[in-house]
Amino acid sequence: MLATSPRLRATVLRVAQAIPVVVGVVIISFLLTRALPGDPAVYFAGVAADTESIEQTRVAMGLDKPLLQQFFIYVGDLSRGDLGQSLSSGRSVAEDLAKRLPASLELTLSALLLAIAIAVPLGVLAATRPGTWVDHLCRVIVTAGVSLPTFFTGILLIYIFYYLLGVAPSPLGRLDFIYLDPDHVTGFYLIDAALMGDWETWRGAVRQLILPASTLALFTLAPIARMTRAAMLTALSSDFIRTARAAGLSSRTILYRYAFRNALLPVMTTLGMVFSFALGANVLVEKVFAWPGIGSYAVEALVVSDYAAVQGFVLSMALLFVALNLVIDLLYAAIDPRIGFSSK
Amino acid sequence: MTNKTSRRNFLKMGAASASVLPFLRAMPAAAQGSDTLVVVTGTTINSLDLHRSGTSRASYQVGINCYDRLLSFGTKQTPDGGYSYDYQVIEPELAESWTESEDGLTLTFRLKPNAKFWDGRKVTAADVKWSFDRAVSVGGFPTVQMKAGGLERPEQFIAVDDETFVIKLDRASKLTIPDLAVPVPYIMNSVEALANATEDDPWATEYLHNTPAGSGAYKVARWTPGEQLVYERNDEWVGGPLPALRRVVIREVPSPATRRALVERGDVQVAFDIPDKDAAELADTLDVFSTPVENCIHCLNPNFAFEPFQDSNVRKAIAYAIPYEDIFQAAAYGRGLPMWGGEEEINDIAWPRKTQYFTDLDKARELMAASAYPDGFDVPLSISLDLASWMEPTALLVQEALGQIGINVTIEKIPGANWRTAVLVEKRLPLHLENFGGWLNTPDYYFFWAYQDGHLFNSSNYRNEEIEELTNATLHMPMDDPEYAPKIKRMFEIVLDELPRIPLYQPALNVAMNGAVGYEFWFHRQLDVRPIKTV
Repeated sequence: MLATSPRLRATVLRVAQAIPVVVGVVIISFLLTRALPGDPAVYFAGVAADTESIEQTRVAMGLDKPLLQQFFIYVGDLSRGDLGQSLSSGRSVAEDLAKRLPASLELTLSALLLAIAIAVPLGVLAATRPGTWVDHLCRVIVTAGVSLPTFFTGILLIYIFYYLLGVAPSPLGRLDFIYLDPDHVTGFYLIDAALMGDWETWRGAVRQLILPASTLALFTLAPIARMTRAAMLTALSSDFIRTARAAGLSSRTILYRYAFRNALLPVMTTLGMVFSFALGANVLVEKVFAWPGIGSYAVEALVVSDYAAVQGFVLSMALLFVALNLVIDLLYAAIDPRIGFSSK
Repeated sequence: MTNKTSRRNFLKMGAASASVLPFLRAMPAAAQGSDTLVVVTGTTINSLDLHRSGTSRASYQVGINCYDRLLSFGTKQTPDGGYSYDYQVIEPELAESWTESEDGLTLTFRLKPNAKFWDGRKVTAADVKWSFDRAVSVGGFPTVQMKAGGLERPEQFIAVDDETFVIKLDRASKLTIPDLAVPVPYIMNSVEALANATEDDPWATEYLHNTPAGSGAYKVARWTPGEQLVYERNDEWVGGPLPALRRVVIREVPSPATRRALVERGDVQVAFDIPDKDAAELADTLDVFSTPVENCIHCLNPNFAFEPFQDSNVRKAIAYAIPYEDIFQAAAYGRGLPMWGGEEEINDIAWPRKTQYFTDLDKARELMAASAYPDGFDVPLSISLDLASWMEPTALLVQEALGQIGINVTIEKIPGANWRTAVLVEKRLPLHLENFGGWLNTPDYYFFWAYQDGHLFNSSNYRNEEIEELTNATLHMPMDDPEYAPKIKRMFEIVLDELPRIPLYQPALNVAMNGAVGYEFWFHRQLDVRPIKTV
């Protein structure tokens, strides 16, 4: 079967290529967390701990063992799917990630969709009418978007829409406390609530999502809009468009069927990059909106040298990016058949 | 209805009784207030079991609200019109009465006969013994705290019969009774815990970490670490007057700006532990309680391991150079209490007390000139990034002031994870800021931790034979002993002259309320939700 389907074969190959990356990430994340300054045993022994109780905590955490032995214990646990126990949240890391990763992804993806919905048409319009008010508007929005830090935009939006106008719900995380979490299926509240048919909760979740997603969208808008504009300009000035025009094709066909499709490749690449830095930029948005996401989790874990949680976070991010790159590669081939997998 | 608490059952239960928290906006808005309270805080509750190693400070509130101790402290009014616990008054919680033997070595407690755990089982002396055994055996913080009251070994605790519990002490100490009222020695349902204990985990730490088993005023209805904790009232509680609130939602909101917006809008009733700046600004519009934290002082500590600081003139020069008022305004926004410009003569044993020092640069220069370092020296001033909100402005002002007397200060910022190791365990920071606060509110207890050689919070490596001796002598001595006051006064005199810690100000714990009353300050700096009511 592998021999008959080149695409499947290529996909399997790509996944296989990711294995050394993941192994490397496991080793590096282990070593880096150990290289962090700070002694978790002292931290977790509590406020009034003496030398003896610090030592007891160290033994309980397994940190008294030699580094190599700690590593093998970690890898052994990992092979059983056990990511360890987070000390700062007091739960297993796998459980924490399962709860928090969907929260971050839901926020990032909705922000990204919102950004695409605004930025791509804006970029296309700006490219087709360079120098007009649309182009200038695009430039102003883009500049404002990148130059405002997300925590600032977040607080500003809360101030205007929640504090002054009172139209936004309390910025209290994914759901106001009067709702109950939907049953866990995917961890995405919008999907889970829809699956249950609980539209009241669904609306509640959307209302909570609007402000943080807008904050993040404003920030991610810029690269997408700029890249769309630039790619469209390049495509529109290329030979095949001139030929198409000369052949008398309608401008709609030229614009969407030929120019836009060709311009999509760089936009796709940008989207991949934007997605990864949006996950990073999440941290500040999560803090401001009390969003229980993975960014704030990782930062808190890092601050207290919570080894298991940091390693789990790095590993899950690595896997996520491996998957993301794969998806983007596959999308390339879908958009532009000339980019075959056979060439690799 | 099944016993399983599914989401639907929970909602059904809600619909069944009108007074339960309305879970959907569709319910009339007026029903929302009265018996439900929403609290926002910036810290994470990471365990429901205080005894577990790694339990965060914020989690102590579960020990307070969900469990009972044998004893509790009384309540008093504070000067600003709020309430505070009263260290001088001990009240019964699970104990009905208690007696002390003539020699003070045997404490006998009678338990309330009608006290029940949440599962309906009677609270017995065996439960008390199991809980105390656990606290002294699990190691880490609970064991240290028990030790402070002279409670060290399981053999000291005897369950005589179901309702009689006896503690045998090695020596009589004034700290034992108050130590029974701190959050640590709470009473767990030992039958339920033991049913869930394993060979590796004889104290059921895994089970109690997620599932509290107590007899306290509130049960935990829901807990999502990093998001929220929901308390639900235990109507059978006998430990004190039944709380007014049926349900309390503790919501974690990391951003102080968001917490402020929420409480200002009145969508939440309590913002707990808000920054001094917000407290100062909200004081005009909301009920803001800024209670000076008892037995806690923010200090600048010169380390004796660093040679220039062994010179008493240098330490005094620093104490006269510090711009106290500016620090108090810039770092604390005036919340808390000044700790400078007091009388030199010591007439009382109140602690923290104002030092005899004040800002006087001329005097500071004179003292520097008289020291072995007339030309000054270079020194790093270390601060913790986790505590930057007060340490950073303080450090900058200290840097500027010491520069004027020839001490060239560079500020060293240490990440939070390193801070405790560097400052308290290795005690290697030449000049640093520190803020020890003792739970048990006696001066000798503060001295025990902060001024005795080798003890954790003595980050200045200070050693004075007389202090060692006096602290040991006063630590267990009753406060009404005629020898107590003179000894304490002598201790004040020594440390305020030798200055291993230069007191700056006493910090405050700030709580803003909008639509709720009854807040009570506690030494543990966590929210006791039991006395709070909505208005």
